[in-house]
Amino acid sequence: MKTLKRPRSLSATGFLLIVTIGLFVLMYAAGMLAFSGQGFAKPQMFLNLFISNAGLIVISCGMTLVMITGGIDISVGSVTALVCMVVAYQMERNGASAFTAILFALGIGLAFGIVQGFLVAYLDIQPFIVSLAGLFFGRGMTAIVSTDMISIKNETFLAWAKYQIYLPFGSNNKKGIYQPAYIYPTVIVALLVVLFIFILLRYTKFGRKVYAIGGNQQSALMMGLNVRRTKFEAYLLDGFLAGLGGFLFALNSCAGFVEQAKGLEMDAISSSVIGGTLLSGGVGNPIGTLFGVLIKGTISSLITTQGTLSSWWVRIALSALLCFFIVLQSIITSRKQKQR
Amino acid sequence: MENKIVLSMQGVCKAFPGVRALQDVSFTLRHGEIHALMGENGAGKSTLIKVLTGVYEMDEGEILLDGHPVSIHSPQQAQTLGISTVYQEITLCPNLTVAENLFIGREPRRAGFIDWQTMNRKSDELLEKLDIHIQPTQQLDTCSIALQQMIAIARAVDMQCQVLILDEPTSSLDDDEVAKLFDLMRRLKEQGVGIIFVTHFLEQVYEVSDRITVLRGGELVGEYNTSELPRLQLVAKMMGKDFDDLAEIKSTRTGNPDTGRPPVVEAKGVGHRGTVKPYDLEVHKGEVIGLTGLLGSGRSELVRTLYGADKADTGTLKIGGKQIKVNTPLDAMKHGLAYLPEDRKNDGIIADLSVRENIILALQAKRGMFKPMSRREMEEFADKYIDMLQIKTASRETPIKSLSGGNQQKVIIARWLLTNPDFLILDEPTRGIDIGTKTEIQKLVLRLADQGMSVAFISSEIEEMLRTCSRMVVMRDGRKVGELSGDDLTQERIMKTIAGGEKAHA
Amino acid sequence: MPEAKLTPPGQKKPLWRRIAGHHLFLPLLCLVIVLLSNLIKTPDFFAITIQNGMLRGYVIDVVNRASELVILAVGMTLVTAASGGQDISVGAVMAVSAAVCCQVLSGGEVSVTTFSNPLILAVLAALLASALCGAFNGFLVAKMHIQPMVATLILYTAGRGIAQLVTNGQITYVRVDAYKMWGSALPGLLFPVPVFFAIAVVLIVSLVIKKTALGLYIESVGINGNASRLVGLNGTKIKWITYIICGILAGIAGFVSSARIYSADANNIGLNLEMDAILAVALGGNILGGGKFSLAGSVIGAYTIQALTTTLYAMNVSSDQLPVY
Repeated sequence: MKTLKRPRSLSATGFLLIVTIGLFVLMYAAGMLAFSGQGFAKPQMFLNLFISNAGLIVISCGMTLVMITGGIDISVGSVTALVCMVVAYQMERNGASAFTAILFALGIGLAFGIVQGFLVAYLDIQPFIVSLAGLFFGRGMTAIVSTDMISIKNETFLAWAKYQIYLPFGSNNKKGIYQPAYIYPTVIVALLVVLFIFILLRYTKFGRKVYAIGGNQQSALMMGLNVRRTKFEAYLLDGFLAGLGGFLFALNSCAGFVEQAKGLEMDAISSSVIGGTLLSGGVGNPIGTLFGVLIKGTISSLITTQGTLSSWWVRIALSALLCFFIVLQSIITSRKQKQR
Repeated sequence: MENKIVLSMQGVCKAFPGVRALQDVSFTLRHGEIHALMGENGAGKSTLIKVLTGVYEMDEGEILLDGHPVSIHSPQQAQTLGISTVYQEITLCPNLTVAENLFIGREPRRAGFIDWQTMNRKSDELLEKLDIHIQPTQQLDTCSIALQQMIAIARAVDMQCQVLILDEPTSSLDDDEVAKLFDLMRRLKEQGVGIIFVTHFLEQVYEVSDRITVLRGGELVGEYNTSELPRLQLVAKMMGKDFDDLAEIKSTRTGNPDTGRPPVVEAKGVGHRGTVKPYDLEVHKGEVIGLTGLLGSGRSELVRTLYGADKADTGTLKIGGKQIKVNTPLDAMKHGLAYLPEDRKNDGIIADLSVRENIILALQAKRGMFKPMSRREMEEFADKYIDMLQIKTASRETPIKSLSGGNQQKVIIARWLLTNPDFLILDEPTRGIDIGTKTEIQKLVLRLADQGMSVAFISSEIEEMLRTCSRMVVMRDGRKVGELSGDDLTQERIMKTIAGGEKAHA
Repeated sequence: MPEAKLTPPGQKKPLWRRIAGHHLFLPLLCLVIVLLSNLIKTPDFFAITIQNGMLRGYVIDVVNRASELVILAVGMTLVTAASGGQDISVGAVMAVSAAVCCQVLSGGEVSVTTFSNPLILAVLAALLASALCGAFNGFLVAKMHIQPMVATLILYTAGRGIAQLVTNGQITYVRVDAYKMWGSALPGLLFPVPVFFAIAVVLIVSLVIKKTALGLYIESVGINGNASRLVGLNGTKIKWITYIICGILAGIAGFVSSARIYSADANNIGLNLEMDAILAVALGGNILGGGKFSLAGSVIGAYTIQALTTTLYAMNVSSDQLPVY
């Protein structure tokens, strides 16, 4: 019998995470080498990845959470649109303060989380169907609030949105003047969320329960874990993050309109997948998801910087990558099944 | 020297709609004993276990734990009372590490956060103590099934259990692994844990258990000391025959297989890794061949390899004298095979489709997509078989799921008769079916054989097999261990063959 | 055998119960409610006038605009029934088909006033492209056993990119009357041409399902994959076929859609139509988990959605789909 202590083998989680991070580093390094003239090597270019994707990072973290439980939430795009719209409407038409607007955003997210979580966890309705309803509901509500495009002009809000936090490094611009690199507050929020979810998943009972449910729901039940409640909490948190992400999105776009953030749910799903989240549940990591979002961002900035390649290559490259990861996952899972 | 009683269940009754699963069953477990719970399929073993672990609530009866009455409403509650269960299918999470699987739900924490170091250290100690050599940081799905089973037991043990239930823990283990498991069980026994051991393997019962409780048809047959119960007696008790009566029942059929012509089916060395060891089998025209053995002995697995439901890894198969390759069920069907699966609900019926559609489905699949039957043709077929097999249904358009079990089974039989097979495989066609329908099905089998069809018949009820079969293949532990026909075809001989050698005692 | 019939079939149930029990009852009820609420709010909703030999009015508008959705819903129904999942790439596949079609017609020019290649060639190329898309989805779902939604996510993302690649990122205009006519209303035909496409697709697909055993196969595989395998059905092949059909139907919808605007706008053709199509299937009383299906239900569902959208536009409210759920 081979009962020797085997060296720790690389788990599926670790492997997928390494592939993702490796790919990102490789891609970015290639970009720096090829387009150093166009500013790719500048720190600001790198930070812009975070700035423009802060909302998506937060939303994708929520998505990762529910995907680990083996579920899905396709309503996040609509929730984002609703949040942006309500935030804009309350501030511009009802004269609400920016602080109240935050409460509105989080409240909407929580409301979605509670309802969807209840339907999924306690009534055992398929997550896809529940969140499909949420998708239409959210978009419909957005239209009810207003069909116009509302730009946000609230001063406090704009001050938040444009508050540059300078970092102790930078680069010289074309004229040779030193410019410190900066980020917006949204980036800090997004990174805090990633850290928070990481700690939550790794170091709390709740987090481990989430993994256990995704790994084998029946087993989790038999081991005495409260599956329904954990699922509910996961959707609740996902809804909350969708609300928060929506607010960050609003800070970035400074406007609300009905068609906003359409298809964002698919961006979040594909970022999670590229980040190594297994669709069947049980495997995933917010760090991977962060890199998933960054990879998406890098591809588009690579192709825009390159200049001669047209914008549609972003989509094609992205889906080729997605295809690669999905097939890779499928192979990993089927190999595991064969081992049994 | 009797040990102290740890668990006692008295007068347990449990009924499901239409079935009395347990009737006045009592069960006693002492500290430091391994107690085998035996019984054929449907005897009520798993219901009893589920009542004990709080999955089901019993209708009547009481459970005493260490002399105190307890009521158990959920698996969690059973655990806190010190009743731990290890199930046949492993109820651990494959995506977590070994340590986590041991400690999930009760992780050691520091300042509210999981303390991985302590958890891994404690796991290491626990595994060391039980002589299980794996890294606690290893992901569970990198361990073999046997190790996973051990980890499940380790988890149960660490929860300070007084009662450990092992529900068919050995069905996926090889001999070495079983030996290790038994070592562990004996060690726990010495520590005073009462172990309930559910299994189908007679050898293992005699190797490890101190006492045996036999259930049959939801009722208690009796409790015996293992050393005082000969193997044959045990089989007889499980199957519900007094040993003395055995000789009286004999096959009424004397098959005269048409040996002149090549056999309808001829298998040589056909096997499937992990389920059936390579076997030879010949079936002649107009013959009813029975496959018998205890549950899990490989009866169903054998026929599945013939039919291509599980693709055979080894051996050759000849049908009508011609060697053929069977990769999928459709290949087998095209050569005149038909297979009524054991699990009617999951493998047989298409629940939402109508009786008519369920009947014509196999023939339609055989004909191919572009040769559809006309509605009239389908209706004629359906009506013909509804009439012939006396299927009780509101109409031919009723969804099959709203029929009773027996009538569903008749629909599936009709489905296969319609394809006009040369060799019909019936795997437990009479399970969970009322007596009337059972007799009808048995008569039908005989009639079909007289018309020249070859039939393979699998059943857990020996009398039924004796009434219908002219030859019997006996299986044990995935191996074909004997073939009986003519005068050998008595209940006694069959049971002896099933029970195998009596080397363990007597 | 007289006892073979436990309860006498149907006749004794009261009529209203039989109607209420019919699987199309709920979808139809939805449609009727939507239409009635129209009648109350917009009294001239049902007014139909004849102009230049064509019918005009809100209702006609609804029927006309719903055409693509109906075509998609038919394909989505089959995919859902067989694989228990949805194809979210149909909108993108429409764009691919439209792009291929217009590109072949224009011969690479941005805007043309005459066909560079015969129409039939363009249509065939478009359908081939969309069938390939369907086959790709089918491969991932049926062969690789990837969840349908995730598998089709790939083409959902890539589709519009591929479409733009085909058209070189431009909006290709085909200003030829022989092309425009497929998407517009023709004098003397009473109904706009897309309506006929929708009807033809529904008829052909129902005919195929009736005249081959495909419908039965799809339902069996969707309800019980294990049992279907044991009666000799090849689930992989059947699922694959439904995805190819779904792809081709999306291609047809793309053609109709591009003929309406006589151009291929890769970014907007079929945008967000995939979710509407899934909703149509669900509204039609079909279970999204697969199994028994009703094309008629999905078609009614599609018209309901379009009626609702048009209604709300008519009432100056945007696409508020609240009452639906």
